[in-house]
Amino acid sequence: MRKFLQPVLAAAFGLAVGLGVTWIAGENPWHVLQILGKSAFGSSYDVGMTLFYSTPLIFTGLAVAVPFQAGLFNIGAEGQLTLGALAAAAVGALWPGLPWPVAPAFAILAAIFAGTIWGAIPGWLRAKRGSHEVINTIMLNFIAAGLASYVTLYLLKNPDSQNPETRPIGAGYLIQQFGIFGGAPVSMALPLAIVAAVLVWILLWRTVVGYEMRAVGQSEPAARAAGINPGRMRIIALAVGGGLAGLVGVGEVLGNAGKFRLGFSPEYGFMGIAVALLGRNQPAGVIAAALLFGALHKGTADLDLETEHVTRELSLVLQALIILSVSAEGLWSWMKKRGES
Amino acid sequence: MAADTTTRGEEHSRRAAAVELRGLTKRFGSVVANAGVNLQVEAGTIHGVIGENGAGKSTAMKMLFGISPPDSGDILVNGTTCVWSSPADAIAAGIGMVHQHFMLAGPYSALDNILLGAEPVRLGMIERKKARVRLEALARQYGLPVDWDAPVEKLSVGVQQRIEILKLLYRNAKILILDEPTAVLTPQETSDLFRNLKKLRDEGKTIILITHKLKEVMSFTDRVTVFRAGRVTGEMETSRTSPQELANLMVGRKVVLSIDVPPARVRDELAMEVAGLSLAGAVAGSRHQLSDVSFSVNCGEIVGIAGVEGNGQSELLQAILHPRDPLCRTSGTVRFLGEDVTSWQARKIRNLGVAVIPEDRQGEGLLLGEPVRENFLLGLQRTSAFSHAGLLNLENIQAAATRAVEEYDVRPRDLAILAGKLSGGNQQKLIVAREFQRKPRVLIAAQPTRGVDVGAIEFIHNRIVRARDEGAGVVLVSFELDEILALSDRILVMYEGRIDAEFSRGQATERELGLKMAGS
Repeated sequence: MRKFLQPVLAAAFGLAVGLGVTWIAGENPWHVLQILGKSAFGSSYDVGMTLFYSTPLIFTGLAVAVPFQAGLFNIGAEGQLTLGALAAAAVGALWPGLPWPVAPAFAILAAIFAGTIWGAIPGWLRAKRGSHEVINTIMLNFIAAGLASYVTLYLLKNPDSQNPETRPIGAGYLIQQFGIFGGAPVSMALPLAIVAAVLVWILLWRTVVGYEMRAVGQSEPAARAAGINPGRMRIIALAVGGGLAGLVGVGEVLGNAGKFRLGFSPEYGFMGIAVALLGRNQPAGVIAAALLFGALHKGTADLDLETEHVTRELSLVLQALIILSVSAEGLWSWMKKRGES
Repeated sequence: MAADTTTRGEEHSRRAAAVELRGLTKRFGSVVANAGVNLQVEAGTIHGVIGENGAGKSTAMKMLFGISPPDSGDILVNGTTCVWSSPADAIAAGIGMVHQHFMLAGPYSALDNILLGAEPVRLGMIERKKARVRLEALARQYGLPVDWDAPVEKLSVGVQQRIEILKLLYRNAKILILDEPTAVLTPQETSDLFRNLKKLRDEGKTIILITHKLKEVMSFTDRVTVFRAGRVTGEMETSRTSPQELANLMVGRKVVLSIDVPPARVRDELAMEVAGLSLAGAVAGSRHQLSDVSFSVNCGEIVGIAGVEGNGQSELLQAILHPRDPLCRTSGTVRFLGEDVTSWQARKIRNLGVAVIPEDRQGEGLLLGEPVRENFLLGLQRTSAFSHAGLLNLENIQAAATRAVEEYDVRPRDLAILAGKLSGGNQQKLIVAREFQRKPRVLIAAQPTRGVDVGAIEFIHNRIVRARDEGAGVVLVSFELDEILALSDRILVMYEGRIDAEFSRGQATERELGLKMAGS
C-alpha cells in the first residue's frame, strides 16, 4: 500500500509547493487548481489533449523502465524517439504510394528499427567496451539531433513550407484518430502504447529473457555465475528501450503531423525518466505516471491565458516542482533500495 | 590449566565486574535483536561470547562499544553506569574493539596506522619519535613485535591483527572486544594470537571474544556467555561445560557436531580436471595469482582445498567457472566430465551438471532484492522444467520452490520474501537447495558453511556427502580446517597461488596441514 501511496503523496506535495508559488505571485491557489483541472479534463477536447501528451510519455517511460530493470540508465530516449519519428516520416515520404495497412505497418517497423539501433549502440558499447551508457546515450542524443536536422533540411525538406519539416507522408500511412475527443489528435498510437506496456510486462515477468535482464540489474556477479551473459542482456535491454522510444514517432508522424517536424518533442525523452521513476519502473505505474504528466502538461499550458499573474514561465515552474518532487521521491526510494541490498 | 581458570574465575567474582550489561534491549523495527540481555565480564578474564548468526551477540557488543544506543537497560563499566553517545566515549572509558574486518589504511606504515586519529601533536607536528618509544615499550611488554615502518598492506594478516590490538593498547584500552578474530588466521597465527591474549589477560586486561568456534571457546576462555535468538541462554565457567552443551544452548536442540562420513566409493570416471592453470592478470580487487595449478577430481570423491584466505582460492574458482573471462587472463585447461570447457561460456558449463555454492553468497549466489522464488530459479531458468519457448513456467517454479524451501528448511517458508531479508544461514540453505536441484554431477562448494549456524552446518555437510555418494565429484574449498578434515577424501593445500601439498583422508594432522598452509 505504501508503495502506491508514496508517489501520490510526493505528487501532491509538489503540487502544493507549486500552488504556494502562485500564491506568492499574487494568484488565488484554489483558482489556479480549478483552472488546472478544467484545462486538463474540462471538455472532451481537453481530455483528448491530455491523452495525446500522455501517449509519447508512456513510450518513453517504458523506454527508461526496461533498461532500468537491467540496471541501466537510458538518458537517450530523446535521441531514440527523434530517429524513430524521422524513420517513420522518411519511409512515408520516400514511398508515398503504399496502401493502408501495409504502409503504417512498414512505418511502425521503421520507427521501432531506428530506435532499436539507437538503443543497441550504447548497449553494445557498454557490453563490449565497458563505457558507461549514461555518457553514450547523452552523446547519441546530440548525434540524433544533428542527423535529424541534416535529413530534414537537406534530404527530405518540405518545399511547400517555411518550417523545418519533411515532405508529407502518403495518405495511406495515416492512422485513425478517435472522433470522440473533439478534434484532439488522439490516434491508434494510444492503444498501441497500452499494448506495448502489456508486452513489456510480459517480457519482464513472464519470459526467460526478462528474468535474466532483471537478474543482471540486481547483481551482475550473481547473474554471471548463473550462466547469464550480462553483456548480451544489457544490449537487449537498451535495444528494447530504444525501440519503445522509437514508437513515439507513430503518434506524432502517422497520427498527428503527417510529417517529421524538427523539435516536435517537448523533451518527451527526458520526461520519460521522471515517468519511469514515478511509475516505479513498472508498466502499469508508467501508464499512470504518464497520464499525470500529460495532464500537467495540458493543464499548465492554459494557466498563462486564464490567470493574471501566472505567466508561461511560472506555469513551467509549477510543472517542474511536481516533477522534481516525484522524481526526488522516486530516486530516493530507489537509492534506499540500493543501499539496503 | 582447567584448575587454574577455575580459581581465577572465583577470585574475580568478588570484585565489581569490568563490564556488566543489565536487561539490555534493542529493537530494529519489529525485530527484537536483544531482549533483556544480561552479561557479566570479570576483570582480568577472557570471556567468550558465542551464538549463531543473528543471535544478538554483535548487537550487544555494538551497544557496549557505543555504536548504537540500547532501547532500555544499563551498561556498567567497572561498576559505574555509562551512557555512550558514540564509540569515542567508550574508547575514553577504556574499551577497545578489533573488528572482524580490520580498519587499517593499507599504504600507511604500522606506526602511522596506530597514531591515526590519536596523533600526539606538538606545535603542529606529529611527535612520531615519542610515540614510537611508547609503542615499542608496549610491544615488548605484551610480546607483540611489529615492523613499524612497513606499509601494513605488505604485512601478514596475523601482524595486521597485532597492529589492531596495539592500536587499542596505545589508546589505553583496558577492555578489549575481539569480533571473530580468527576468521582469517592460519592455525599457527591463531595459536600466536591466543598466546598473546593470555598474556594480555595476565597483565590485567579484560578480553571479550566474540566467536562461533566452540573449540576456541573451550581452550582459551575463562567464562562463556551463550546467545540465542536475542537472549542469553547460558553463562558459565568454561571448565564446567562441554562443546556439546554449548552447541545445544546455541541451537536450542541437540546437535550432531561432527558427522560420520562413510568411506568414499571413488569411481573411475573423472569429474573434473584442471591442468596448468595460471592466472596472469588479476581478478578485480585482488593481488593473488595462480601459477600452474593442476589437479583432478573423480566422480564419487570429495577433494578439499585447504588454505588461508587469499592464497588464490577465489581466483581458482573464477578461473574454473569462467575460464576465458576477459577480466582475468588465464592459461591452462579446464575439463569437466571429460569435456574440454576452456573456451565455453558459463551457461554451457553449468548445463553439464555443474553446481556451484559460491564463495560470496550475497554477491554471486543471490539476487538480494528479488524474492526467494526468483532466487531459487537463478541459473535454472532455461531448464525444460521451468521454461518453454522462452516463457517461464510459473506453476512448476512455484511448486518446485515450495518443495525445496520445505526440504531444505529455509525459514521463513515464504517464497515472496526478499532474499536479502533472510538470515545468512537461510540464504546459504536457499543456495544449497537451488544447486542441488540440478542433480549435480560436479559440485563446487566454496565456504559452504561460512557464517552458518551449527545446526545448518550439520545439514549442509550431510547434503554434500550425499551428493558424493550419489556419484558427484565434489571440490570443497574451505578456510575451516575442521570442515576440510571432516569431509575431504583427499586434501590439497593451496599456498600463494599453487597447490603445495596433497594428503589422503586420515593422513594429515591438523598441525601438519596448518604448517603447509603457512607455506613451510
